[in-house]
Amino acid sequence: MIAQILAVVIFLAMFILIITEVFERHVVTLGCALLSLILVFGLGMHSMDAVIRTLNVQTIFTPEFWCTAGQNSETSAGINWETIIFIAGMMIMVEGMARVGFFRWLCMKIAGLVHYQVIPIFITFMVLSFGLAMFIDSITVILFLAAVTIELSQLLKFQPVPMILAEIFCANLGGSATMCGDPPNIIIGTSFGYSFADFITNTGVIALICLIAVMIYFYLVFKKELLKGAVTDRDPSSYPKAEEAITDRKGFAASCVIFLCAVVLLVTHAQTGLTVSFIGVLIAAATLLAAGKDALTLVKKIDYKTLLFFIGLFVVVGSLEETGILELLAGLIGTVSGGNIHVMIAIIIWLSAIASAFIDNIPFAATMIPVISNLAAAQGTDLSVLAWTLAMGTDVGGSATPIGASANVVGIATAAKEGHLIKWGKYCKSMAPATIIVVMISMILIYVRYL
Amino acid sequence: MEQMIISIGREFGSAGHEIAEKLAAHYKLPLYDHNLLDEIAGQKGLDSRELRDHDEVRRSKLLNRKVRGMDSSPAYNLALLQFNFLREKAESGESFVVVGRCSETVLKPYKGLISIFVQGDMDKKVARIMELYHKTEKEAEDFIKEKDKRRRQYHNSHCDLKWGDSRNYHLCINSSKLGVDETLRILIQYIDARKKAL
Repeated sequence: MIAQILAVVIFLAMFILIITEVFERHVVTLGCALLSLILVFGLGMHSMDAVIRTLNVQTIFTPEFWCTAGQNSETSAGINWETIIFIAGMMIMVEGMARVGFFRWLCMKIAGLVHYQVIPIFITFMVLSFGLAMFIDSITVILFLAAVTIELSQLLKFQPVPMILAEIFCANLGGSATMCGDPPNIIIGTSFGYSFADFITNTGVIALICLIAVMIYFYLVFKKELLKGAVTDRDPSSYPKAEEAITDRKGFAASCVIFLCAVVLLVTHAQTGLTVSFIGVLIAAATLLAAGKDALTLVKKIDYKTLLFFIGLFVVVGSLEETGILELLAGLIGTVSGGNIHVMIAIIIWLSAIASAFIDNIPFAATMIPVISNLAAAQGTDLSVLAWTLAMGTDVGGSATPIGASANVVGIATAAKEGHLIKWGKYCKSMAPATIIVVMISMILIYVRYL
Repeated sequence: MEQMIISIGREFGSAGHEIAEKLAAHYKLPLYDHNLLDEIAGQKGLDSRELRDHDEVRRSKLLNRKVRGMDSSPAYNLALLQFNFLREKAESGESFVVVGRCSETVLKPYKGLISIFVQGDMDKKVARIMELYHKTEKEAEDFIKEKDKRRRQYHNSHCDLKWGDSRNYHLCINSSKLGVDETLRILIQYIDARKKAL
């Protein structure tokens, strides 16, 4: 009982400290992790086994951590090292791609292909945002896409804010389509042993249908504002050339090859048996080799704070799991839904979406994973259906408010650098309805397909 | 001529802004206050009215979030725009007078900076605000407290040293003791002496 109370208090304190930004979030989760280890596992449970299970270091040294010989791996409770190693690897690859000018080149190339016409740029950038976010973190996608959008808006005299908002939404939606698109999906995938193909054939299909719906929605909502004062008859020779974005031709070619290899390895990882941690290490090593003397610079650019944040978070959530709190929460959802799967799905998707709109979706997803696992076991429902529901809710819900997802903050800050201040009202006016539409469509599609 | 940047921090009702205007006129220098927003809006092709709501306002922690050094807060981002604008002006070698905007901290690296904080006695500040804004004594006092609270919060969210802390300024002066004109005369004396020393 004491252990349970301590675990809940530490967890709530962690959430409050993250929201209020008193300390940096990795400091908060690591501090709370330390408290969990001492107070919950030590003082409350007197269990060294619980500490070892939660720290989970031993899994890294097992062959299954790197290659599962055709079987999907399933990570045990505690720190999900597979997620952390994969994200670190992706960070290095993405930094390598950014260094050689890949993202700017891609944006400019696409703008060129549609002859620098505002509406075609708007449409293609939404698709580009969705497509890139399927494989690359949405922060990087928006960082480059929003910067190019601002640059093009100055050239073509259109309003950049609507386009940036649409790109943010599509990046968050694209993240829901694959296992590596958004951290909650990586955690869900590695925790339950789902493959890239599992995600793409389930959340991927839902996300694609939702993409079509939101593209129509954003076109109708933003068309007028976008075209206000836009230039349509500019001399094409004055437009920037995509090739000028490339800073290192050899490095660019290498980055393209590494990125394509990463996509192929991820798509086929269920067949090859290579785990995402192996793929992460492989692409990081290839990127560092290709970078040559710049390798150290790339390593220094790793967002180690995010990785530390994950480590601390997994320990705190692990303490909730070890003390049985999440089992109680699962029981509560089971009772409220009366064992009705329709109600269960509605609760999970809307609870996830609303929570993710206001708090970081990563701790929320990490907390909900053991909850849906217990719920599926207790109610005899299909775990995968609950997993896809959780993924859609957490990934899409973050789009509703300016603070819901990292990509939102990056897009807003990039626009603000040029004086385009996006307030809560302006943001939510178009993004909250889009989120509600997509969550609703996702819920209906889950009902139709799985029940 | 050596670059001279006069930064004026002020309590609401202390006549700090009026003193800044008179200093700018005396030295024939441009004055940057809330008009800075017009300058920024002009440069970026924006409507300055959209920026005004967030001028010298504290960043709300609950309604905003930071990611890798980037911030969703309009107030924070507008402050950065203003700081960068001031740095660009200072970097170009221009001499000017600036009111508020954490300028005593933002422009600290520039040799030509002369930073002044103008304060006042509450009774004198209340009398001034009652006259300027046609308010009752109680309304004026509440108005002053509210304005100063916002300025303090805004300043302290961007600077290490606190708003009004004498260690942050080259000179702090109470304008209520000698009145605006005499305070101005003393400040001109001080600035002239500093100019010679530059």
